[in-house]
Amino acid sequence: MSTDESLLRVQNVSKNFGGFAALTQVNINVARGERFGLIGPNGSGKTTLINCISGALRNDGGNIVFAGEEISGLPAYQRTRRGIARSFQIPRPFKSMTVLENLVVPLEFVAHRGTLHKGDTRAEAMHILEGMGLADKADTSSSQLSQVELRKMELARAMAARPQLLISDEAMAGLSGNEVTEVLDILFKLNATGITIIMIEHIMQAVMRFSQRVICLDAGEIICEGTPESIVQDPNVQKAYLGV
Amino acid sequence: MNERSWTFWVGAAAVLGLALLAAFTVKNEYFFFAAYVVLQFVVLATAWNILGGYAGYVNFGTSAFFGVGAYIAVMMIKAVNAPLGLQILAAAAVGGVMGVSCGLLTLRLRGIFFSIATVAVAIILETVINNWRFVGGATGVQILRPPVMEPFDSYTKMIFVVAALLAILAVATARYIQTSWIGRGLRAIRDNEEAAECAGVPTLKLKLLACAVSGALMGAIGAPLAMYQSFVEPASAFNLNYSVSALAMPIIGGTSHWIGPVIGAVLLGSVQQIVTVTITSELNVMVVGVLLVVFVVGAPDGIVGLFNKYWKRRRGAGGKP
Amino acid sequence: MFSFDLLVDAVVFGLLLGCFYTAVSIGLSVSFGLLDVPHIAHPAFVVLGAYGTYLLGTWGLDPILSGLALMPLFFLFGILVYRFYYETFEKRGGEAGVRGLAFFFGVAFIVEVGLILAFGVDQRMVEANYIGKSVTIADMRIPLRLVVAFAMAIILTVLLTLYLSKTFTGRAIKAVAQDEPALRLMGANPVRIKQWAFGIATAVAALAGALLIIVGPVEPGMGRLYIGRTFCVVVLAGLGSMSGTLAAGIILGVSESIVLTLFGASWAPAVSFGLLLVMLGLRPQGLFGR
Repeated sequence: MSTDESLLRVQNVSKNFGGFAALTQVNINVARGERFGLIGPNGSGKTTLINCISGALRNDGGNIVFAGEEISGLPAYQRTRRGIARSFQIPRPFKSMTVLENLVVPLEFVAHRGTLHKGDTRAEAMHILEGMGLADKADTSSSQLSQVELRKMELARAMAARPQLLISDEAMAGLSGNEVTEVLDILFKLNATGITIIMIEHIMQAVMRFSQRVICLDAGEIICEGTPESIVQDPNVQKAYLGV
Repeated sequence: MNERSWTFWVGAAAVLGLALLAAFTVKNEYFFFAAYVVLQFVVLATAWNILGGYAGYVNFGTSAFFGVGAYIAVMMIKAVNAPLGLQILAAAAVGGVMGVSCGLLTLRLRGIFFSIATVAVAIILETVINNWRFVGGATGVQILRPPVMEPFDSYTKMIFVVAALLAILAVATARYIQTSWIGRGLRAIRDNEEAAECAGVPTLKLKLLACAVSGALMGAIGAPLAMYQSFVEPASAFNLNYSVSALAMPIIGGTSHWIGPVIGAVLLGSVQQIVTVTITSELNVMVVGVLLVVFVVGAPDGIVGLFNKYWKRRRGAGGKP
Repeated sequence: MFSFDLLVDAVVFGLLLGCFYTAVSIGLSVSFGLLDVPHIAHPAFVVLGAYGTYLLGTWGLDPILSGLALMPLFFLFGILVYRFYYETFEKRGGEAGVRGLAFFFGVAFIVEVGLILAFGVDQRMVEANYIGKSVTIADMRIPLRLVVAFAMAIILTVLLTLYLSKTFTGRAIKAVAQDEPALRLMGANPVRIKQWAFGIATAVAALAGALLIIVGPVEPGMGRLYIGRTFCVVVLAGLGSMSGTLAAGIILGVSESIVLTLFGASWAPAVSFGLLLVMLGLRPQGLFGR
C-alpha cells in the first residue's frame, strides 16, 4: 500500500502493564475508506490496541502514524481533533445531558473550536441524529436510553467529531439480530460517505459481512491477516478461538 | 448582551448600590460584621463550586487557600506596605498557583487523591506558618493599619464593601464559566472523563483552569482579613470551619447552578450567626455537618434541585425550568 | 548536637510508632484499598474507638479489653454504615464521587463535633499497669505502652493478612476487589461480602482506637491529623496490600521520629502529609500496589 493511501499505520507497537505484555510488535496498515475488521479472543489485546490508537493509553514502543503524522505522543483529545473517533465497548453517555447535548460536546470542542465555540451546533446535531434514527430522542436524558439506543448514540457522538477514522469497539455486543443489522447498516452508510472504519467485533457474521480486510489478534500478537474468507479458514485463528 | 445577562448585571449593580448605601447609613456595627462573614462565604462557596460542582473535584482544604490569602496580605503589608487592592491581587495570584499545583500533582489520579492532597496542603501550610517567625508563628501577627481610606469612616464598613465587590466578581465568574463552553466541557468531564477526552475536550487543561480560578478567588477573599482584624493568627485563619462550610454551602444550595452556593452561603451563614449568638459555637458547627449529610443523602441537587422538581411538577411534563 | 545514639533512639522509637500507625491504618487498607470506599471518616472512627475505650476505662476496664469488647459493636456499626453508603451512593452508579466523599467528610465532622460536645476539647487518657512504665532493652529506655501497642499491631496485621489469604470469606473479599462480576457469576453476593469487609475494617478501627489512647492522650480533633497518617500509609503501601501496610507504617513512623528528633514536635504533622504528596507525585501505585 502506498503512503498516500494509508490513513493509519501502526508500526511495531508494544504495550506492557508491569510485567505483562499486552501488545507485542503489532503492525497494521489501514487504507483510506477501508472497512477493516479486528478480531481475537478475549484478552488478546484488541481494546488495548484501540486505546493506544485513540490515545487513552500511551504505547511503550513503536510508532503510530495517522494521515502522515506521528501521533504517539499526543493526548487523546488532540487525536480526536485530528480525526480519530471511537465508540466505547460499554457506552459512556454524559448522563446529566440529553442526547442532543451529548452530541454538542464533540461538535463544540472539535468541529467549532476554530470559531471560538460559536457555531450552530443544534442543527448539525439533529442532522446526525436523524441519520442514526435517534431524532425523536434528541431531548431525552441520555440516562434513559435502551441498550441499542445507547450504542447508536455512542456512534452518533463519535460522528459528531467529524472523524476521518471511526473505531467501533464492539458496538453490537449483546444486541438482538435485528438490532445488529440496524447498527451494521449505519456503519455501511458512514463508510459510504468516505469514513474509514475499524470494527472490533465478536459477532463473526457482522465482521465477515462488513470487513474488506480482517486481522486476528491473539495474546498481543497478530496471528493472521487477510480477507474474511481466508481468516475463517486459517488454522491459527481456529486454534486461538477454539483452543484446539 | 442578551436579556438574561442584562438582568444579572442590573441585579449585581443593585447589590453593590445597596452595599454602599448601607455603608453610609447603617449604624449597627454588628450588621457589618455579620454581612462580611456571609459575603466571605458567598465567595468561598462560589469558588469551591467552580471546581467541586462544575468539575466534580472536591476540595477539602479551602481553609488553606483562605489562610494563605490572609498571610500573603500580611507579607505584602510588612514587606512593601502594599495597599489593599495589591494585597488582594497578590493573594489571588498565590491562590491560583496553589490550586494549579494541587491539580498538577493529583488530577491524573482518582478524585479522592485530589481531595486528600488538599487536606495535605492545608495542614502542611498551617504547620509551616505555625513555625515561621517572620509571620508571627503560632501566636500570630499584629498589623499597623494606616487610617482608613476616604470616604469610609471605619475599616469594617470599607472592607464590607470590598467583600461585596469580591462577591459580585466571584458570582459573575462562576456564571460565565457555567454558561460558556468551559462549563459545558467541565460538565462532560464530570459525567465521564474518558468519554469527554475522546470527544475532544482538553480535560487536564480545563480542570487546571478550574483549579486556578477557584484557588485565586479563595485567596482573594482571604486577603482583607488582615486589614479587617489588624491581627492574623494561624488557628483562626486556617480554621476548619471554612473548609466544611465552603463544601456544605454549595451542596445544600445546589451545585449545578451559580445561584446554589449563594443561597447556601446566605442561608447557612445566617443560621450559623444566629446559632453562635444564641446557643454555642460548637453546636453551630454541628449544624453545618448534619445539614451537609442530610442534603447529600436526601437532596443531592440541593435547594436549587428541590426548587426545580417543584417547578416541574407544577408545570407538568412540558416545562423546562 | 547530633549524636548517633539519638539517631538509634529515634529509629527504634520510630519502628514501634510505625507499627502502631500500621494498626491504625490497616482498617483503611481494607475499606479504601480493597473496597474503594472514599472513607475519609476512618480516622474519626478510630478516635471514636479511643473515646469508647476511655468510657469503658472509667468503669475500670483495661484498655485492651475495652478495645476487644468494642469490636463487635463497631463491626455492626460498620455494616450499617456500608449498607447505607451502598444504598445511597454506590448503587446509583459511578457518579457517587463527590457525594460519597462529601458524605464521609460530613460524617467525620459530625463525629468530631459530637465528641467535643460529649467530652469537651480537653485531652483524655486511660490508665493501665503498662502505661507509665518503661523497659530497658539494650541500653535504651522504651515506654512499655509503646511495646504493647507494637505487639498488638503486629498480631493484628498478621491475623488480618492470614484471614484474607486463608479463609474463604477473606479470599472472597480480595476477589471482590479485583473482579466483582466474576464473583457474582460464582454465586457469591458482592454486597454482602463488601459489607462484611467494611464491618471488619471498622471493628479493627475500634481496637486501633484502644491502642491510640494507650499510646497517648486523645482529643477530638486528632482525627484530622490521622487522615494524613492513615492515607499516607495506605498509599505508600499500595492499595490492597496488607503486608505492604506494615512496611509503609514503619517507614512513616521512622520518618516522623527522625523529624521529631531533629526539628521538634511542631513539624511532625507535616511529615505524613508531605510523604503522601511525594508518593502521589512520584509513584501513586505505592510500593506494593495492586
